[in-house]
Formats: sequence, C-alpha cells, structure tokens
Amino acid sequence: MAQTIPADVPVHDEAHHEESFWSHYVFSTDHKMIAMQYMFTGIFMGLIGGFFAYAFRMQLAFPGVEVPLFGVVSPNEYNALITNHGAIMIFWVAMPVLIAALGNYLIPLMIGADDMVFPRLNRLSYQIFLVSAIVLLASFFVPGGGFAGAWTFYPPLSSTAEYSLTPLGSSLFVVAIALEFAAFLMGGINFIVTAMNSRAPGMKLYDIPMVVWMIVVASVLFMLSVGPLIAGAVMLLFDQNLGTAFFNPERGGDPILWQHLFWFFGHPEVYVVLLPALGVVAEIITVFARKKLFAYRTVLYTVFGTGVLSFTVWAHHQFVAGIDPRMAHVFTVTTLLISVPLAEAMFVYIATLYGGSISLTTPMLWALGFIATFLIGGVTGIFLGASGEDIYLHDTYFVLAHFHYTFFPIAIIGFYAAITFWFPKMFGRMMDERLGKIHFWGTIIPFNFIFIPLFVLGLAGQHRRIYDFTNYPDLAAYQPIRVFATISLLVMFSFQLVFFYNFFKSMFRGPKAPKNPWQANTLEWTTESPPPHGNWKELPTVHRGPYEYSVEGRESDYWPQNEPA
Amino acid sequence: MTIRGAGRLEVAAEARTPQIVPSSVLGMLVFVVTEVMFFAGLISAFAIIKSGTPLWPPPDQPRLPIEATALNSLLLLASAVALILARRSFQTDRDKVRTRLLAAVLLGGLFVFFQGIEWVALLREGLTLTSSTMGSFFYLIVGLHALHAVVALYLLVRAYRRLRRGWLASSQLGSAEVFWYFVVGVWPILYVTVYL
Repeated sequence: MAQTIPADVPVHDEAHHEESFWSHYVFSTDHKMIAMQYMFTGIFMGLIGGFFAYAFRMQLAFPGVEVPLFGVVSPNEYNALITNHGAIMIFWVAMPVLIAALGNYLIPLMIGADDMVFPRLNRLSYQIFLVSAIVLLASFFVPGGGFAGAWTFYPPLSSTAEYSLTPLGSSLFVVAIALEFAAFLMGGINFIVTAMNSRAPGMKLYDIPMVVWMIVVASVLFMLSVGPLIAGAVMLLFDQNLGTAFFNPERGGDPILWQHLFWFFGHPEVYVVLLPALGVVAEIITVFARKKLFAYRTVLYTVFGTGVLSFTVWAHHQFVAGIDPRMAHVFTVTTLLISVPLAEAMFVYIATLYGGSISLTTPMLWALGFIATFLIGGVTGIFLGASGEDIYLHDTYFVLAHFHYTFFPIAIIGFYAAITFWFPKMFGRMMDERLGKIHFWGTIIPFNFIFIPLFVLGLAGQHRRIYDFTNYPDLAAYQPIRVFATISLLVMFSFQLVFFYNFFKSMFRGPKAPKNPWQANTLEWTTESPPPHGNWKELPTVHRGPYEYSVEGRESDYWPQNEPA
Repeated sequence: MTIRGAGRLEVAAEARTPQIVPSSVLGMLVFVVTEVMFFAGLISAFAIIKSGTPLWPPPDQPRLPIEATALNSLLLLASAVALILARRSFQTDRDKVRTRLLAAVLLGGLFVFFQGIEWVALLREGLTLTSSTMGSFFYLIVGLHALHAVVALYLLVRAYRRLRRGWLASSQLGSAEVFWYFVVGVWPILYVTVYL
C-alpha cells in the first residue's frame, strides 16, 4: 500500500536526517524500531502474564492465602487470571515477540533490504497492536473485571454475561483479540511481500535463511487460518451485544460451531508461533556447530508439509464435545501424522549438530534447551492426539503440562535464544556470558520442576480450572506436589531478574560489539551493530547460501553470503 | 505525494530482485486470500446452522427476493466487465480507461444502493437481525459483503482520481482491481448459499 503514497518510501538520503524523539521512537516507520516496539510491548505483557501465573499458582498451592502483591484471590478473580494468563501469553507475548518482533527485525536485514515493502502499513500494524493491548488491559478495570471464561472463549460462557459474570470484560476481550489479529494481518502481508519482492540481487529462494522462510510460512498459515476466527469473533460480538443467537441452541444456534471456528485457527496458530522458534534454532545451531544445516531443502519441504497438515487436525480439541467417533478417528490419524514432519525436523537438527565443533555459548544453550524440552512437549502430544486416550486425559493437568512443554520452549526459550543471539546486532553491545548461563540453568531446571509434577497430577485425574483442590478428597492428597510446582515457579521467576539485569546492563554498559561477533554467514552480520537507518550504506549482493560453514579448502570456517567467490 | 517520489520508487525497485508480481498487487492478493477464508468461515457456519434446522427457510420468516437480487447481481458482474475493459485499454487509451473505470464505479455503486433498498423492504416485512438465525446470517453475510463492496469502490474511486491527475501506476490500478474482482467473484457464491 505504501506504493500508493510514493513519498513515503524510505530512501538513502533520508538516513542522515535529524529525527525528533517522537519520529524516532514512537511514529517510526523503520522496521528495526517497530521490531523493538513489538518486543518491548511483548516483554511488558509477558511480565503481566507471568504475574497472573504467580497469583493463581499461589492460590492453588496455598488456598485462601493472601498472595503478596495481589491479595486474596477470589473464585471469579481466579478465573479471570487463568483466562488472561493464557490469552496474554499467546496473543500478546508469543505472537508479537516471535512473529512480529523477529519478523520485522530479521526479514529485511537477512534478505538485504533497506526496509519492509510497506513501512507505513508496518507502523499502523504496531499502533493497532498497541491499542489492542490497551483494550485488554483496560478490561481488567471495568465493572465485573476482566473476562473469566477461559482463553478459548467458548460460548455460552463468553456470549452470556450471566454465566461468565463479566458483562463488559467479555466484549472487550473479543474486541482486543480482533484488533490484535488486524495488526498481525498487516504485519503478515508485509513479511510475505517483503521476502518475495525485496531480496538482495543473487538471493535465490534456496538462499533465504531458514528463519526467514519459517516466518514467511508462519505468516501464510496465519493468513489462511485467521479468517474463520475473525468471522466467529464478529458473530460472538453480535451475540454479546446485538441479541443474535449464532451460538445459542435455544434459538437455533450451535455452540459447537464456535469451537470449530476457533480451533480451525487455533491449531495452525501453534505452528504459527512454533515455526519462527524452529527457524531461530536452525540459525543458532549452524553458527555454533560451525556446520552446514543438514538437508536445507528437506527442512523446507517438511515445513510446507507441516503447514498443510496443520489445517487438518483442529477437531482433536473436540474429542469430548460430542464429535462422531468415526470423525474422531480421522482427526486422530492426521494429528499423529503431523508429529512425523516435526520429529524429522528434530532429527535434522541433531544431524546438524553431529560432528560439529560445538561451542556452548548462551544462545547455543538455549537452542539445545529448546530441542530437549520441545521434544517432551511433542511426545506427550501423541498421547492426547489419540482420541481414546484423550477422553481420559481431556481437560486435565496433563493437557496443561503438555501445552506448556510446547509453548514454553517456543515462546520463552525461543525468545531467549533469539535475544541472546541477536542482542549484539540489536543494541551494538555484547551480553554477559556468565550471567547468561546462570539465567539459562536457573530457568530450564525449575521449568521442568514445575511441569513434570503437573503431568503426574494430570494422570491422577486432576481437572483444569478448579479453584481449590483441597475441597476434593481424592485430589487433596496431592497438595505437596502443587506446592512443589509453585515453589519451582517462584525460583524460576526470581532467576528472570538475572536476565533483566544482564539485559539492561549490557544494553548500556556492555562491551561494544563488532559487526560479526559470532562469525556468522547471514547478511545481517555484514552491517554495523546496530544497523543504521536504511541498514547498509550500499545494499549487499548475495553469492551463496546462508550455511556455508567449515567449507573445505578455505582458511576461515565461515563464508559470508555477500563475499564474492 | 509527489511524482518525484514515484520515480524514486521505480529506481529502488530496479535495483532489487525482479518482481514477478508488483508489491502492491501481491500484498492485496495475500489479503484477498485471508478474505476468502473469512467468507469461507461465514459460509460454513451458515451451512452448519442451516443443515441443523429442520425447516429452512423458517416458515414464519419472509422470503428473500430471489429474482430481484439476481437482476441486481447482473449490475455487479457488468461492473467487473467494465473494469476488465478498462485494464485492457490501460496501455493504449487513457480516455477509455477513464470512462470504463467510471462505469465500473457507477455500476458497483448501483448494486450496493439496490441492496440497501432490498434491506429496507425486508426489515419492513419483519426479517431483522434478531428475528431468526436466518435473519442473523442474512444481515451478517450480505452486510459484510456490502461493507467490502464499499471499501473496494473507494479504492476504485481513488484510482479514478489518480488517473485524472495523470499519475495512476499500473500496479496501483492492479491492487484495486484485485480487491474488486474478489468482491464481485465472491458474490455469486454468497447468492447461491444465502438466497437459494
């Protein structure tokens, strides 16, 4: 769209203009600044989402206790906390950080472009996202409080105020989600078009770094899946506010319809956030194993296959929603099938590591941590994908633990891997390795201590969404396990302080970073750290693929993409 | 907002990878894919509710004007034809482009106008947003289509104004075209599902 307003296209002579605070930090059209805006908003929302988790975990471990910094958690507050913890972590942390921030920052830099194709659309995208975050935060302060009907907002809980007890909160929640999708729609259009049309001369499709491919495929998945959910959200808003009955069976509607519309988006969404994290890991392990990515094209085709398959698995969320068992079998098969390409991706990464000269830097530790923890998430998913077993495990803590074993590696570990790897490029300074490693071990060990016990609780039949388990005689005996998980959570949270100390200290006082501190091949390492407005003084030309490490017969073990042969 | 800017853009585009599809058209195409899925979601929701209702259309609800809307649909199709003809003469005869583009806008505008008249009549007969799921879906789907039509018409009007000032680029017309063809192309499907 920027093309229709030609004066807006950034050109190099603008690079030296003095910019005011507002035009530089707030209304910038520079892709790097928009990435930072997305990232810091995402981190801020992550702190809120984490705080919610702290509050309701305290309630679960010590029912009725006055939680420090929060107070006593009432039953409806508890519902609002778990609802918004889920929604925030997925829609306002994982999405903006992994897709929007990394996509905005990396795509132009890695394909050798000076900016996104539509810079003004990009800016609008962030502004709408910010509004959506504000709407969500505002919903906590309206009468009745924030929405309390679970993050999947199934009707009738979401459509009928008498059930959720949050008349205004539920509408604001849907509005916030709809706005957020509009924002990512614009971002996604930008990512796809930029990666297709703005690549440096010489960069063929198979020379695109894996993380860019992954973000592009994720954007395509998002584009293809979000439509039905927006349709559903419009219908839900009508039900809430205009008196229609799309999801009300009393008047001819169908509540299960919502589940289909939601999960048709919801399951591809898992891959929308997973793929960028997989891409980040691919970049990091090739750099720190000094090896070529094993089977680049196979990985790519695997990703395409995963994308196609991800549209055929959604009904595995409805195995207990009255689905025809024959239909459940179909979705069991597709669900189990989708583990094949992802298992293959894991094997490819291990094959890339095999025989490499591995250096265990902080980003590499995070990348390896991703592979290890995500594997557990993937394997436990197979239990849930089998419809027979899911009937027992459905809506238990087993599901919850499985889900966190996939999303924690994706959103949190993926983010830490990316930020520790690209920090020198983003801020022009190096992070502290020792603090980074302390933070890594202080996160990964408590993480497992939180969620492995929850698998046990789930197998014991502990249902999700229960305010106080001590009221259930057969579940009360497991209270020590809940306390253990909560204490692990507190330990994990306290280690995040190490990260923030390291992050802000390095940003201002860390040692200056050279252009290419990791001796990596991709184009973003050929410009200054941090890159100037317009990214390069002279835009680069590409001569080879991104993973030419340890090529025989060369003196140095890396071969930048832009270096003439 | 200068022609100088447009010139710079072409220079910038030359330096990069050759573009098979111009960026503004590609961006619109990606958006249209999302829109197709959006309407697919609405149509499947409608189909599920319809198949779950024993008597459809509900006996106490007014009937939709099938013939009148079919005639009205012809206006919309004619508008797309006018736009195709406008594109054909884009390289050769700018005056023809102007008249044909204007014809496309007017025909499309008439379609939306007659749809509005149809709505008023139906509302008088007692088909409202809340009178039944049929009413809800009718106003939801047809209304969202009309909303898209209005936005697309705005894009066409903007293209027309640029053309009059003499700086309409082929890709700018292209992105407006893509969106209008989508609006026209999705209509017969909506007509068949909602009206018949």
